Amino acid sequence: MSARRWAWRAGSVLVCIALVLAWQAVADARLVSPVFLPPPDKVWRALQRGMASGVLLQKLGGTVLRMIEGWAVASLLGVGLGTLVGASHTARAWLGPTLEFLRPLPASAIIPVAIALFGLSDAMVLGVIGFGALWPMLLATVHGFAAVEPRLYEVSRALGLSRAAVVWKVALPSALPDILAGARLGLTVALVLAGVCEMLAGRDGLGQWILLSARSFRAPDLYAGVVLFGVLGYASALLIGAVERRALRWRG
Amino acid sequence: MTRLLRAIAVPAALLLAGEIAMRAAGSSSDALAPPSDVAAALAALLADGEMLRASAETLASALGGLAIGGGVGLLAGLLFGAVPAAARLFAIVVEGIRPIPAVALIPLALILFGFGFRLEIAIVAFAAIWPMLVFTQAAVAAVDTQLLDVARVLRLPLAARLARIVVPFALPRIFVAFRLAFGVALIVAVTVEIAVNPLGLGYGMTMAQQTLRPADMLAYLVWIGVLGFLLNVLLLVVQRTVFGRFLPRGARP
Repeated sequence: MSARRWAWRAGSVLVCIALVLAWQAVADARLVSPVFLPPPDKVWRALQRGMASGVLLQKLGGTVLRMIEGWAVASLLGVGLGTLVGASHTARAWLGPTLEFLRPLPASAIIPVAIALFGLSDAMVLGVIGFGALWPMLLATVHGFAAVEPRLYEVSRALGLSRAAVVWKVALPSALPDILAGARLGLTVALVLAGVCEMLAGRDGLGQWILLSARSFRAPDLYAGVVLFGVLGYASALLIGAVERRALRWRG
Repeated sequence: MTRLLRAIAVPAALLLAGEIAMRAAGSSSDALAPPSDVAAALAALLADGEMLRASAETLASALGGLAIGGGVGLLAGLLFGAVPAAARLFAIVVEGIRPIPAVALIPLALILFGFGFRLEIAIVAFAAIWPMLVFTQAAVAAVDTQLLDVARVLRLPLAARLARIVVPFALPRIFVAFRLAFGVALIVAVTVEIAVNPLGLGYGMTMAQQTLRPADMLAYLVWIGVLGFLLNVLLLVVQRTVFGRFLPRGARP
């Protein structure tokens, strides 16, 4: 079974290589202008050059830092507020509809407001990412608390647990899968907003890098930046996946 | 009735507090406005047609991108769901492209298309592929194997198998995918407008900010929220009335 899985995996790698080779052929034959579609070897060299000189590495670092900072703030606030709202039936009844109403609001729509409040500053970027990534986490926590098996609450009441103990020992662990799903979504939102804010506010990062590369028609640099965005998205998904597997091991 | 009252009590109290605080502070701000001014600005923008024109532009881009990207995602999802070998062979390609945030493609689309609808539609299309692909693939893969066995016994060709068995079976779930993809499309459209594109609601909001009209800016924000909420409710109602009976409990988010 496992050998078969590896065979499929190998086949999948071959398909990927074939597509890159096709891209190379199309670009080399100049079927598409190299301004829009540089050959992959040039993109790879641009990536290497940028990494070796440290410029691209620094941009990558800036974006990663911004994303993690905003996401960490959002996680703490989201789980904290979500616990406050979710742990009390009354708060859920009063605040739930408002939260549901705000759910589909695009997080990016807060950017103009944040610019008006903070100007084109790092505080603006942090505010936007923090606000945007807050919602998935907050809503997931509230939902997780609402979905706790009611009998667990009955048992804790029978055991005479305090309210804090119920939250800490029963509700939070039970809501953990939801919270981690929210964290995953929050991380994606954080990456998107970091990119947009860097483009808009000219902060040092990948978003600014790809915008400037496009403006000066340095297509290999542009593609190198897009590739790094993809790597960043993939790496953060892997990381959350690993955390999920570890943290949820007890559920079997 | 009490539920409705409870639902609007907190926002109403917050709006009232905001109104009083802004009026008491007295000075005008570049970033905030009293809720009553925002309501007046919203009414004015709706009355002179500006808001509706911007909404039409945003919705046109979102729907155009959804049609292209959602179509690609639907076809790929049908293929990957019906032919697992294809899904396995393209796994790494999909895993490699999917994590790229759609907004990272804005600069590339900008040099390809310039400002305008095509830029926005291209970005929305890229973003709309993935929810459609993932959910359609799962929906098709969940088709009852006994039905497929019957189809094999009847020697139905692939096209007939898809049209007569797979699609009717998977359609309710595919509609759920469409609803989620529509939400994504709207969000991405507004984001592209705020980031670069001089069109639609996002641009209207950015312009209001840059020309220091906070009441207008917040009116756009409120309208974007209301529009997203109402469209989601509309699609939910359609989902429930048309497909409600066919959706298994787990697939009814």
